[in-house]
Amino acid sequence: MERNKTFHRKKICVFFFAVLFCGCVLLGRLVYLMVFRGDYYSELATDLQQRERQIKAARGKIIDANGVVLASNKSVCTISVIHNQIEEPEAVIDMLVKELGLSEETVRKRVEKVTSIERIKSNVDKETGNRILAYGYAGVKVDEDYKRDYPYDDLASKVLGFTGGDNQGIIGLETVYDSYLQGTGGTILTTTDARGIEVDNIGEERVEPVAGNNLHVSLDYNIQMFAAQAAEKAYIQKEADSVSVIVMNPQNGEIMAMVDYPEFNLNDPFTLIEQYEAYAGTEEEQDYLNRMWRNQCVSDTYEPGSTFKIITTSAALEEDVVSINENFYCPGYIVVEDRRIRCHKTQGHGAETFVEGIENSCNPVFINVGLRIGSDRFYDYFEQFGLLQKTGIDLPGEANTIMHKKEDIGLVELATISFGQSFQITPIQLATTVSSLINGGNRVTPHFGVWVESPDGEVIEELEYDTQEGICSEETSETLRMLLEKVVSEGGGNKAYIEGYEIGGKTATSQTLPRSANKYISSFLGFAPADDPQVMVLVIIRNPTGVYYGGTIAAPVAKDIFADILPYLGYEPEEQVEEGSSQEE
Amino acid sequence: MAGKRREKKATTYFDYNLLFITIFLLCFGLVMLYSSSSYTSASKYGDSAYYLKLQLRNIIIGLIPMIFLAKVDYRVWKKFGVLAYLGSFALCTLVMIPIPGLTRSSHGQSRWIQLGPISFQPSEIAKLAVIIFLAMLIEKTSKQLGKFSSLVKVIAIMIPLLGVIAYSNLSTAVIIFGIIVCMLFVASPKYMQFIGVGVAGVAFIVVFIVTASYRGGRVEAWLHPETAGDAGYQTLQGLYAIGSGGLFGKGLGESLQKMGHVPESQNDMIFTIICEELGLFGAVCVILLFLLMIWRMMVIANNAQDLFGALLVVGVMSHIAIQVILNIAVVTNTIPNTGVILPFISYGGTSLIFLMAEMGLVLSVSKGIRLERIE
Repeated sequence: MERNKTFHRKKICVFFFAVLFCGCVLLGRLVYLMVFRGDYYSELATDLQQRERQIKAARGKIIDANGVVLASNKSVCTISVIHNQIEEPEAVIDMLVKELGLSEETVRKRVEKVTSIERIKSNVDKETGNRILAYGYAGVKVDEDYKRDYPYDDLASKVLGFTGGDNQGIIGLETVYDSYLQGTGGTILTTTDARGIEVDNIGEERVEPVAGNNLHVSLDYNIQMFAAQAAEKAYIQKEADSVSVIVMNPQNGEIMAMVDYPEFNLNDPFTLIEQYEAYAGTEEEQDYLNRMWRNQCVSDTYEPGSTFKIITTSAALEEDVVSINENFYCPGYIVVEDRRIRCHKTQGHGAETFVEGIENSCNPVFINVGLRIGSDRFYDYFEQFGLLQKTGIDLPGEANTIMHKKEDIGLVELATISFGQSFQITPIQLATTVSSLINGGNRVTPHFGVWVESPDGEVIEELEYDTQEGICSEETSETLRMLLEKVVSEGGGNKAYIEGYEIGGKTATSQTLPRSANKYISSFLGFAPADDPQVMVLVIIRNPTGVYYGGTIAAPVAKDIFADILPYLGYEPEEQVEEGSSQEE
Repeated sequence: MAGKRREKKATTYFDYNLLFITIFLLCFGLVMLYSSSSYTSASKYGDSAYYLKLQLRNIIIGLIPMIFLAKVDYRVWKKFGVLAYLGSFALCTLVMIPIPGLTRSSHGQSRWIQLGPISFQPSEIAKLAVIIFLAMLIEKTSKQLGKFSSLVKVIAIMIPLLGVIAYSNLSTAVIIFGIIVCMLFVASPKYMQFIGVGVAGVAFIVVFIVTASYRGGRVEAWLHPETAGDAGYQTLQGLYAIGSGGLFGKGLGESLQKMGHVPESQNDMIFTIICEELGLFGAVCVILLFLLMIWRMMVIANNAQDLFGALLVVGVMSHIAIQVILNIAVVTNTIPNTGVILPFISYGGTSLIFLMAEMGLVLSVSKGIRLERIE
């Protein structure tokens, strides 16, 4: 019999300590995993064990000035399958193919996919959802859901905007007021086993969704319709690239209509409109979608041309460098430094007063006046009138004014600025600035949003906007209104004249860059009543075919709009007849 | 003489500590087995106690060889050493050949022999056989063991059996190899050779892992279980369970990971459920219990009457130690995944019965201790 020797015992001890050492290493590892990494792993485990089903919140409505709902929600259903709970896969596939009109291949792939929950189709209308539910197949889930619905399809599409799959605004008011409209989504949390079957004795946690708030806007459905029809008519008649119309209240900046024709269908925002149809499916499709969604009233700048003479006039009146009856002489051109700048009437307007100068939209008169103001002071007026900042309109993507640097304005630049060339502003900037000059000198913030109410109709917030008072004097404003009224009643804006109404306004025809392309933008800016402006209309026709004078083609569009909306707004024509001059711009 | 009488009385030593630790571990194992398997077995077999009943049956069956081996003088088994070796070699060879009605496959590997209602894994028998055979062999050649050549000879004798086992069940072969190395280490007076063997062994394993492609996937799953997809699934689920436990766990029966998330939650991965339900505290207790068990065996081995008895105990001790360490190392993702059960706690038939038999053997050795020899 072999004895158990001392070295054997020693080695047994060595062995034991080696095991003890391993045990300690593993203990250390456990401490690391359970104490230091515990939160990480338990969070992942909870994610795994809980099935989270989202409950969408109803998005708030967008409601116009008269209570017409412009954007609301439609109840739809999302159909999904839970793979592990399906008992009769073939019957389920047959039923889904029949009810949803999908190909069998698609449905089969989704039903047979080994995943916790697989979405078959969303935005299924409610009746279909109810029918599917009535079959009572295990593993088929019908979740109620909302889809944004725009009852008037393309009405004010670029203003309202639309929403994406996650209930988030993509463009327009839907984006700007997203936080008010969105609401808070709810969730259903259920603990499930590995097969996705709910564990019965652990109840589900449910967080109810909170519906979004309603947004009341100043947009008026009827005015928007009038404006849109007028724009469409001009677009077709003039074969223009696009027609923009802004109708706003110059007193407080509320916008009543904003059209940028062609518009698109808000219920189908990812399908290119007729004009861009050729690009569908090409690489450029996204570019054209962006172009289709772009609101040129806000996002695009242009050279305002003669409508800017309103601002030159205001600056000159403020600076007191001209009196309205002062005499000028127009030989058909004016020489500034070495440059000969022509008037649009090449044979010249001859002798004329300042009033006649603005009626005739005579360039030499305004260049003359502009030079009197001087570049420093003119630049200061840009600043004072708010032309160098954005208007702050509650729409996304507002473009900045493109202007010379103060030190770069020489006499030639000053001369061109005086009649609205060599710099660019957005249509909304022009409308806002002119509004502010004719309303007595209060720079308003153009806007749509008026107030926000809770889903049950309680006012939550009155939206407030800045007004900067005194950007010009009351006298200047009054003189300006009088001058612009004369432009319509006696001058170049006579095509906007409506018998019985006092309308002020100014026409413009500007050539786009590059000048060699011979493309024009015709525009007209008008307001009524001329002595106490309550509504302003800006019409811009881009690249019209044929006659391109603003006075000839844009003014009649504004006239149509005025003829519709003035009675609608409660202004009856007065029984007085005024003789309109038939002079061309 | 009075002294002689006292000595005679003292020979009736029996290590109750070890017996109670074993019984405690078995009972604790039953509780945890029920907790970890009840949900899945209820949905799979319609009986939440399905595994519990089977395990209880296994324990009762295991008590028979345990009591038998504890009663019988261990020295008897010296005579059966060669037979045990040859017998287990034959069985392990048999299991490789697919014979309908006799061999059975599970999890894609043929590891079972089916004899009527009884099925067993011969590789588990081989562990006990190797311990007995090697203890006998070493005792006979212990004088020469200091020489490296005789070490090689002993290992060479074991190679055929190891090869046969490795063919169908690599992790068992690794465990048996570990047992052989531990027993030789204790028997040999040298140290350096074993450091050499250890280094060579580690190098061999690394090369094996890198070259064998199916193992390579396991290495990837070990290093990055989050991104390894299906290969890392089991490991990751185990880590979720362990990490969810925290200091004191979710409470007995409160595991969520056992609801089908952790595969084999009653088997290889049972330790993760212990961690989730009983927390770090419970896990530490389990490890301490095993250390206590190994410590008791160390005491028995140190005081065994002869080298054969000491080596038997060392064999059992290394068997249990290796399995515990490998199992916990695997579930904590300390080493790449390999299927090793946690002794006495994991569900298992053959392995549990033979573990209990081994405990009987150790208890039998403990009876041979003369009290005055305890230092």
